[in-house]
Amino acid sequence: MNSKQTSKQTLRLKLEGLTKRFPGVLANDNVSFAIQSGEIHALLGENGAGKSTLVKMIYGVMQPDEGKIFWDGEQINISNPKQARALGIGMVFQHFSLFEAMSVLENIALGMDNKISKKQLEKQVHQVMQTYGLSLEPNRIVSTLGVGERQRIEIVRALLLNPKLLIMDEPTSVLTPQEVEQLFEVLRKLAKQGCSILYISHKLDEIKQLCDNATILRGGKVVGECDPKKETSKSMAEMMIGASLHAIKKNKSKQLGDVGLAVHEMSVKGQGDFGVSLKNISFEVRHGEIFGIAGVAGNGQNELQAVLGGEVVLDDENIIKINKIPVGSMRANERRKQGLCAVPEERHGHAAIGEFSLRDNAVLTARNRQNMVRAGMINANKAKAFTTAVIDEFNVKATGSGAIAGSLSGGNLQKFIMGREMLQVPDVLVVSQPTWGVDAGAAAAIHQALIDLAAGGCAILIISQDLDELLALCDTLAVINEGRLSEPKKTEQMSIEEIGLLMGGVHGANQAPAELQNEAAG
Amino acid sequence: MNVDLTIAIIITMVGASTPLLFAALGELVVEKSGVLNLGVEGMMLTGAVVGFAVTYTSGNPWLGIGAAAIAGASVSMIFAFLTLSLSANQVATGLALTIFGAGFSALFGKPFTGKPIDIFGSVFPPALSEHPYLRVFFDYSPLVYFSLFMVFAIWWFLQKTRAGLILRAVGENDHSAHSIGYSVLGVRYGAIAFGGAMAGIGGSCFPLILTPQWVEGLTGGRGWIALALVVFAAWRPGRLLAGAYLFGLIATMELYAKAAGGAFRIIPSELWASLPYLATIIVLVLISLRHKISSSAPACLGKPFIPN
Repeated sequence: MNSKQTSKQTLRLKLEGLTKRFPGVLANDNVSFAIQSGEIHALLGENGAGKSTLVKMIYGVMQPDEGKIFWDGEQINISNPKQARALGIGMVFQHFSLFEAMSVLENIALGMDNKISKKQLEKQVHQVMQTYGLSLEPNRIVSTLGVGERQRIEIVRALLLNPKLLIMDEPTSVLTPQEVEQLFEVLRKLAKQGCSILYISHKLDEIKQLCDNATILRGGKVVGECDPKKETSKSMAEMMIGASLHAIKKNKSKQLGDVGLAVHEMSVKGQGDFGVSLKNISFEVRHGEIFGIAGVAGNGQNELQAVLGGEVVLDDENIIKINKIPVGSMRANERRKQGLCAVPEERHGHAAIGEFSLRDNAVLTARNRQNMVRAGMINANKAKAFTTAVIDEFNVKATGSGAIAGSLSGGNLQKFIMGREMLQVPDVLVVSQPTWGVDAGAAAAIHQALIDLAAGGCAILIISQDLDELLALCDTLAVINEGRLSEPKKTEQMSIEEIGLLMGGVHGANQAPAELQNEAAG
Repeated sequence: MNVDLTIAIIITMVGASTPLLFAALGELVVEKSGVLNLGVEGMMLTGAVVGFAVTYTSGNPWLGIGAAAIAGASVSMIFAFLTLSLSANQVATGLALTIFGAGFSALFGKPFTGKPIDIFGSVFPPALSEHPYLRVFFDYSPLVYFSLFMVFAIWWFLQKTRAGLILRAVGENDHSAHSIGYSVLGVRYGAIAFGGAMAGIGGSCFPLILTPQWVEGLTGGRGWIALALVVFAAWRPGRLLAGAYLFGLIATMELYAKAAGGAFRIIPSELWASLPYLATIIVLVLISLRHKISSSAPACLGKPFIPN
């Protein structure tokens, strides 16, 4: 009796058989696990494993179809986020739930349930920031802030409620390595004070560093629990994927050919209020080379992709050259004729039209290189054959070439888009976030295809926020920060610390002083 | 320019601006919550005909105003149900609401055509409202003072109250507001109802304080000008007031151009009459040239909210 009571007290949250169905999908299937007070518990799983659905139920955004939630030993229904907050559950969302045009303080006030005066709130915010060593300017407008600062707003907002359980949904996907270290400090401090933390991620190294326990989800089911400190990243990854991982085969001794893509002192003014200006960017990508551009989101990646792909046309044609031919003033279609293929970051409406069939989407970018159009008429057989080839070779799960693009899952659509461009055998390929939202198995397949394409002589430029991906694939790396590109270097010659500093905006890191690195880490 | 004429122009201008001001203030709140309701003209016409009918039947303009507000809010609920609960396209639904309002008011107003009511004028003693100079402050219908009060009240609500903050948040990022736990659709229903009531009151100004009778289509496209005004004002109540009075002044010039001779005669009165509409077009063109203003629009304006 007595021991039962103590275990009741230490179990902060217990889930029993939570099930959530969506039309056609079982998002969570009989999920059970428990978190103790002061525990940092990892929820591990691939995209689509059901992590987000699960935490949305804990936070009251959605209701489970079946199953029970116990809070401090008592069974409860959490019917809305307000109630969750009243219980002491705080949440930091993956896609921040912030309001761009409002000030930091207004954003924080919106997350508070009781009415308090502006002065009082400012005082409390100040207190929390001091306790946890977080810095924020209360009157700044959110749209002027970087991603790390935006996350701090969410964290302060959650901490103001003195949470007993803090849910963090993929908090590090947009942070520099140094910012991640700072975040972990805050989380460890919180846990020490007895706050439980549910940490959602698919980054295994971080989970090994931070978490006490891990629950692994796959296809909506709990497939294992483990102590991450005792596991290897590989063993956890295999539990997560449910299959063994294939290492990427890379040909170390490959010879690079002539310059395929050259950009010379390119400066482009940013468009609109939130656009980033590109400043004096120069680089060259040679045939057979994979050139990576790392950086935190919103530092000019989208603008660079648009300029290279021909969506934004320059006045001076000599700034961009493909195979030594000036293309700076050409539009996207003409650049494609010169051998360029491009994949922008946003799948829906940018890389593909959701309402069109896969075949029509294939015609849109591949019509010239694959001779699908003659005298203005589409050759339906050729289009169908090409689309079918993409579906087969890239293992796209679709009902056929007539399937509507929007009906595919994000990962499958990405495989199709990547396949569509790669099967055109371009001379130069420019891709943004090639494996964004794609499961690990498919990501490995895309990575292998990129390496094979480069081996065949294609000059490939990858713009990605996934540092692991870039380190695994690229021969050469550069970092983009506030529209400036760092000096490209061989991947072997760059350390994670150096890349992290460049991502955070410390320039001239050639001789990055030791104190600076210490400062950033401490 | 002589003082009497100036005062007369000011008084006419304020009167002519008031329906515009009401309708635009309502639409401003609606748009701040992220909804674009193009049915302002329809709601104004509905408010106008109901306001007139109730005032004519009961003889009490206050009842008429109340009924106009209720009527405006009621027809706006058709729009709200279609666009919020059924996620219909806001532009198409708004246009349909305008057509509906025009048809309904014409049908409902038929029996009232040509019947007179008393103008709902100043309630101050003649010593003030007919004083040669002081009348510039006192010779107005109570509706005018109410519209000015609403400018302040809406500014205060949006900037100083928590409810106003939530309303802006819903218009800025509906999904975030939803995930924090605010009822996006609830806030928008409320905003649309308020916008409908304000448009209804604005419409009732025509038969109550401008032309004391019912004429079919008497709003003359003011609902469209109200929509342009909101954009012109960059969603700020203070600027909205200035904009409404500017449009009112242009409309007033037409009347004085007809009556007065001299300099006004050089421009034909038809051109004067078209000035408010020309000005609307010019303002909208200027605004779309200046990206700065358009980016102050609520980020979710016109997008249906579908919770995930």
